[in-house]
Amino acid sequence: MALNGSGWMELSGGERRLLAALEDGLPLVPRPYQAVGEQVGLGEAEVIETLRRLAARGVIRRLGLIVRHRELGYRANAMTVWDVPDMAVPDAAAALTRLPFVTLCYRRPRRPPLWPYNLFAMVHGKDRALVEAEVEEATLAAGLSGRPRAVLFSRRCFKQRGARYAPKEATAWMTPTAAS
Amino acid sequence: MATRFTPTEQCLLDEFQRDLPLVPCPFAAIAERLGISEAIVLDLLERLLADGVVSRVGAVIEPHTAGASTLAAMAVPDWALPPIAAFVSGFPEVNHNYEREHALNLWFVVTAPTTERVRQVLAEIEYRTGTAVLDLPLVEAFRLDLGFKLRWH
Repeated sequence: MALNGSGWMELSGGERRLLAALEDGLPLVPRPYQAVGEQVGLGEAEVIETLRRLAARGVIRRLGLIVRHRELGYRANAMTVWDVPDMAVPDAAAALTRLPFVTLCYRRPRRPPLWPYNLFAMVHGKDRALVEAEVEEATLAAGLSGRPRAVLFSRRCFKQRGARYAPKEATAWMTPTAAS
Repeated sequence: MATRFTPTEQCLLDEFQRDLPLVPCPFAAIAERLGISEAIVLDLLERLLADGVVSRVGAVIEPHTAGASTLAAMAVPDWALPPIAAFVSGFPEVNHNYEREHALNLWFVVTAPTTERVRQVLAEIEYRTGTAVLDLPLVEAFRLDLGFKLRWH
C-alpha cells in the first residue's frame, strides 16, 4: 500500500469528481448512479464502471450503508492500544484480527513519552463490561499480557461523518463553522 | 438495548454495508433480495437516514489511496474541551472527533487531498488552541473497515 498521501492527484478528473460527489452519499432515488452522473458529467454506465474500477483498485474499500453504531446502541467503543516490539507486531496483529469483535487493527507510530503505544485495535460493543472482557481476551490471544496497554473508551462524540478528500475552497479552514 | 428494528430492517442494515449492487437500479436489486418493493427500500433508507442510524449510502475510501489522512490526539483540560472540540470539528477536513478516557482525551481524524494540507490543519489547530497535537498516521492496516456485523439481541 502506497503511503505517500498523494493519491488524490493520481486519480483521473472523472474519478475525482465522482468521489467528491459521493461524499454526502448516493441520492435515494431509483437510479442513483444516473443521478450522480448528471452532477459530474458522466453517464450511468460510466459511473458504475468507474465505481467498479475504484473498488477493484482498492481505492473504494466498501460501497453501501454507512451505519452509525452509537445510534444502534453500540456505545461501548474501546480503542485498545499496546506497546509491542516492532518485530512482534505482525504475529500479534494476526492473532487480533482473528477475533470477531476486533473491528479495526492498525499499526501507528509511537510518540514517547506521551504516547508509547504502536498497535491499535477497536472493540465495539453494547455493554462496557463485555467489551472489557473482550479486551482481556484479545490481550491474552495476542500474547500481549505483559505489554504496556491502555484502553480508551469513547465518551462524547463531537463529530462523525464520511471523509472529505476533495480539495476545499482555499480559505475554508480559516473560518470553521459549528460542528456538524 | 431491545432492538427497535424489524427483521427486514435488520437484514438491510446487516447485508448492505458493502457490495451495494453496481447495477442501474441498486435499490430494486436490494428489494428483490429482501422480498419487498423498491419503494419500501427507499422509504426505509430515508427513515434510517432521518433517524441518524445510517449516515449515508456511500463509499468508504481506503486511506492514502485517494488522499491523505491521520489520527490526531490532544490533551485538553476538561473545562476547555467543549470549545476546543467544536473548533476542531469546524474544520471540514475533520470527520471523526471523539472524547476518550485518557490524559490524551480528544481524538480526531483529519483527511485531505494531500499530506501538506493534513499537516497544515494540525499546525493550525496547534497554533490556535496553544495545545500540542500528536500526529499518529497509519503505518500498516491489519484489519480494514469492512462493515460491521450487528448483534441484535
